[in-house]
Amino acid sequence: MKSRFALPITVVAALLLTALRLCSATEEDIGSLHRIRDLFPQPIPVSISGFTGEVDGILKNDLLFMGMANVAASEAKYLISGSNSGRVEGRVVRKFDKQEMFAKAYTGSSQRLLTHALADDVAKTLGLVPIAQTKIAFKVETGPSVGEIYIADYDGHNPQPVTADRALISAPCWGGRSTLYYASYKLGRLSVFSHQLNSGARRALVKGPGSTMSPAASPDGRKVAFIWNKGGSPNLYVCDADGGNVMQLSRNRDAESSPCWSPDGRTICYVSRERGPANLFTVSASGGGKRRLETTGAANTTEPSWSPDGKWIAFTTQRGNFELCLVPAQGGNAITLVAGEDPTWAPNSRAIVFCKGPDHAKTLSLLDVPTKHVKDIARILESNSQPSWAP
Amino acid sequence: MIMKLRNILQLVALTAVGFSITGCHKGLQKTTPLPGWAQKAPDDSDRLKPMDPGLRTAAPVSPDGLIPMGDRNLHDWKPSAEQPFKTDTVYFEFDKATIKSTETQKLDSIANRMKQNYRSKGLRIEGHCDERGTEEYNRSLGERRAGAIREYLVRAGVDYSLIDTISYGEDRPSVPGHNEAAWSKNRRGEFVLLDPPR
Repeated sequence: MKSRFALPITVVAALLLTALRLCSATEEDIGSLHRIRDLFPQPIPVSISGFTGEVDGILKNDLLFMGMANVAASEAKYLISGSNSGRVEGRVVRKFDKQEMFAKAYTGSSQRLLTHALADDVAKTLGLVPIAQTKIAFKVETGPSVGEIYIADYDGHNPQPVTADRALISAPCWGGRSTLYYASYKLGRLSVFSHQLNSGARRALVKGPGSTMSPAASPDGRKVAFIWNKGGSPNLYVCDADGGNVMQLSRNRDAESSPCWSPDGRTICYVSRERGPANLFTVSASGGGKRRLETTGAANTTEPSWSPDGKWIAFTTQRGNFELCLVPAQGGNAITLVAGEDPTWAPNSRAIVFCKGPDHAKTLSLLDVPTKHVKDIARILESNSQPSWAP
Repeated sequence: MIMKLRNILQLVALTAVGFSITGCHKGLQKTTPLPGWAQKAPDDSDRLKPMDPGLRTAAPVSPDGLIPMGDRNLHDWKPSAEQPFKTDTVYFEFDKATIKSTETQKLDSIANRMKQNYRSKGLRIEGHCDERGTEEYNRSLGERRAGAIREYLVRAGVDYSLIDTISYGEDRPSVPGHNEAAWSKNRRGEFVLLDPPR
């Protein structure tokens, strides 16, 4: 009896192993690139001509991260031409019927800003979401155990500090386009501040004992999710933007961190150690309905970011080194993107800004998710991390 | 001691009942309660009972064993000139916030000295992590480590309202380096004795 089954079992086992290997090879090596391209809108083939120097570089970069591919004129659907001697001019022509869809000249600012304005107009003309004039905020380590929050253009240019705390500082997050939340050790404890960029006025988000950290403003800017240890353990809370109506959303003995919001403002995704190592969970923003988010194939998951179109949650996984992953917002198989950590979506749900590199010497990078094209941003001072993309 | 505590609790409960009766009466006669304002007091009988028989101070322990932060603003307190707990740093396993059995002797000693020598002083527990793990995850894990130490000290009889915690996550390693030798020294809780403001 034994010998009659021995051979078939061995054969079946061998077949299974081969099948498994084939599956994993397809998933990781060849398949994921094609698959992810198929899950996003295809880049629009355009041909860019007539621009020179810095303007040419800025325009091509902007158009790439908004979902256009610069190809030869023979393969392009749209011809983007213009010039930048003095003022910046640009036009868009639809190739098949030579229809001019857009033409405009830009003056009155630096060539860099004029180019971003042109790029956004081109994107709008082609039905894409403009992001060339959006901002990012991030943490800059200015020395050992000292940092400030900076804001910059999305591509890292025109950086400017918005704090002068000379203290440990962390986790900047936009609430609308003129409010920043972040946690600072400025007052000898760790407190989330709400900071009005127009006036520079700021105040602690909530009153009360303990430390507050990891703020995340809701998409409409009216609520803030954050972590508070008031009850004896760092748990998830939510409150109004003015600090009122504080509500505890999770209660357990284990550390929680990094909340983020669904674009409809109904659900919060966050990290909990509730079931051993770090896992992603979702909970209703009005309380209840907590469940674990499946991220099959990715363990030690942290730093979730919900895409503005609601489809995806990007996060960091730790497999020795940090890697960026995507999972459908309802959970499922994790799709590996590139090495790096702390992803934040652009408003177009296509580009991501993230950081990579060793601690205290990190740099920011931009990623076009469907093509996995990466562009590094020049580092400011010691270390740049925890980026947040303005809405 | 237990009898005493019961008497106090009974007194508190009676006073509360008496107050609420008169309070309600007055409210009904003279004022219109704002919507959502005149709520019944929540059932907080759990909070009034000492949950842990080992607990010698009346810390409001929640049913899940968590000890809320006290209302004193200990972050306004300044480090004392004397720092007696500098060599009592407590170490943790990787990605864990539970107190190792090897570390309890240090904590018992800290609790005894706090109760005997420093009754009017405060204690700040600083939680730290090694460099592995992401930034906010580590900030939260460091806070949980400090919280676990705080729970141990409160159970050992230190006044809960005199112990504050702060997490530095991975931002302040005590030993540079990128190996287990350095990491094991950086996953830690440190202690700072505090003087009340004058």
